[in-house]
Amino acid sequence: MRITQGAFSFLPDLTDEEIGAQVQYALDHGWPLSVEYTDDPHPRNSYWDMWGLPMFDLHDAASVLHEINECRRTYPQTYIRVNAYDASYGRQTTALSFLVQRPTDEPGFRLERQDSHDRVVRYSLHSYATDRPRGERYGADRPTE
Amino acid sequence: MTVTDEPQENERWGAGVIPYAQMGYWMPDYEPKPSDILAAFRITPQDGVPAEEAGAAVAGESSTATWTVVWTDRLTAHEHYQAKCYRVEPVPGTPGQWIAYIAYDLDLFEEGSIANLTSSIIGNVFGFKPLKALRLEDMRIPPHYAKTFPGAPHGIVMEREYLNKFGRPLLGATTKPKLGLSARNYGRVVYEALRGGLDFTKDDENVNSQPFMRWRDRYLFVMEGVHRAQAETGEIKGHYLNVTAATMEDMYERAEFAKEIGSVIVMIDLTIGYTAIQSMSSWARRNGVLLHLHRAGHGTYTRQKSHGVSFRVISKWMRLAGVDHIHAGTVVGKLEGDPMMVAGYYDTLRLNHVDADPAKGLYFEQDWAALNPVMPVASGGIHAGQMHQLLHYLGEDVVLQFGGGTIGHPMGIAYGAEANRVALEAMIKARNEGRDYLAEGSDILKAAAKHSRALATALDVWGDITFNYESTDTPDVVATPTSS
Repeated sequence: MRITQGAFSFLPDLTDEEIGAQVQYALDHGWPLSVEYTDDPHPRNSYWDMWGLPMFDLHDAASVLHEINECRRTYPQTYIRVNAYDASYGRQTTALSFLVQRPTDEPGFRLERQDSHDRVVRYSLHSYATDRPRGERYGADRPTE
Repeated sequence: MTVTDEPQENERWGAGVIPYAQMGYWMPDYEPKPSDILAAFRITPQDGVPAEEAGAAVAGESSTATWTVVWTDRLTAHEHYQAKCYRVEPVPGTPGQWIAYIAYDLDLFEEGSIANLTSSIIGNVFGFKPLKALRLEDMRIPPHYAKTFPGAPHGIVMEREYLNKFGRPLLGATTKPKLGLSARNYGRVVYEALRGGLDFTKDDENVNSQPFMRWRDRYLFVMEGVHRAQAETGEIKGHYLNVTAATMEDMYERAEFAKEIGSVIVMIDLTIGYTAIQSMSSWARRNGVLLHLHRAGHGTYTRQKSHGVSFRVISKWMRLAGVDHIHAGTVVGKLEGDPMMVAGYYDTLRLNHVDADPAKGLYFEQDWAALNPVMPVASGGIHAGQMHQLLHYLGEDVVLQFGGGTIGHPMGIAYGAEANRVALEAMIKARNEGRDYLAEGSDILKAAAKHSRALATALDVWGDITFNYESTDTPDVVATPTSS
């Protein structure tokens, strides 16, 4: 499957040049960027691992792109997202967030159902990747059966 | 109106009828206090009634006055409680109409009660005979009063953080046909639309608990569809389960059940009334469930320019009452909405500070004092081919709802949803890249359609559909076209 989190998941994967343009858009608004990665893309997993601190002091897209590529090189089989943060009064939240890397194999989620009272079903979403320990969840990192 | 000759000063308290203007309701030298609630009324006096007297009468009838002098006024600090009409201005280009500005002291209103506020401001006064017509155009709610309301249970920022969706409008669709589907088939539509790419699906305003589909059955099948779609996309999805019902007890029961089976959002109709809306707002805040408001019925009093209540006032009341979503117009769709007027509603709902702007129909500066903003919802006759116009007119913090434009897609509902999502993401990407997306909108969509057969098909079917009709409710100061 292909998870469709982030602002551009229904488009073809962005090229570095296209990522740079989005980064520039954020910088033009004064939004610092941050890079985060995870091997657990459950939609309620709010806290992906931070690739360093938000880049408050980087003001050119090339430097941000450099950090994105460093993160990709270090964690080639994870999801990586780029966030732009708007600290202005009244917002103080993420202004833009999009994926810049996916593992080659996205196993997706299992929907678990538990029958309860009066036809009520209790649902929970299980991320297949988390069946394995961290570092062994995707692609080449994953041990063969 | 028929009144006796002007009384002398010492006749103010004589039994009988004197003009409202002479009872203290017309005060052209009054300087409104920062804590006053201000109202701008469009008045159409009966022939022979001076505008000042008509304005004073509105001030009187919406505050302390009755039709005749009462000695019991003298038992009170009546001047404090009297509303004051402090200005009347002729409406440009419309003989016979004036805008009357009226100031109300804060003491006239119960804290945190829309019912109380509206019983004064739009109470008896709207049937008052000396006026042919009366319209409440705008209100200035001072922070002193706004702060007595809790506002939206979550607000735009919390909603985005809860849903994990940033940097683009949200997408929705109303399940169609709105009436007649069985619960199981209804849930199918929800599932297909959400897995295809929408963030939300929605009950329509008149989907409650009818013989063909009872509410509990609908909720169960819908939530199966919502959870399935979440598993297939890795995104948070929602369906506005309409809890509108005959009594508060029924609504609470339905809302509790929606929460129990995992819905992130419930829905109410404007027809349930202001008090019920405030009750449901408290419930939504207490239970962490988003609250969607459909403005069913508003057109009966918001649309005609001479009489009723402007939708910008309804927007203000609903921002106070506390809803997370409200339908506020599309500009380009099938329902009433002049672009500048709609911009005024959206500003009113979303900004923390709104400047007065006659071109947008905004008569007053409005400071919301950090009261949560409300996410506007654009719904009714819009489709993927208008994406550039929708983004241009409505901005990013909005739910774009494509009902027919999703479910009517010839390849199926999921493809209809995909077409909308691809169009939206392509337009956001192009905008962020600095392109003139409004002018180049069609080209951007055509390019995106090369990667999406769903979008290509949608553009073929609906690309040329527009609803170009003159708006009824337009600003007085400038003439603007309804659609581009």
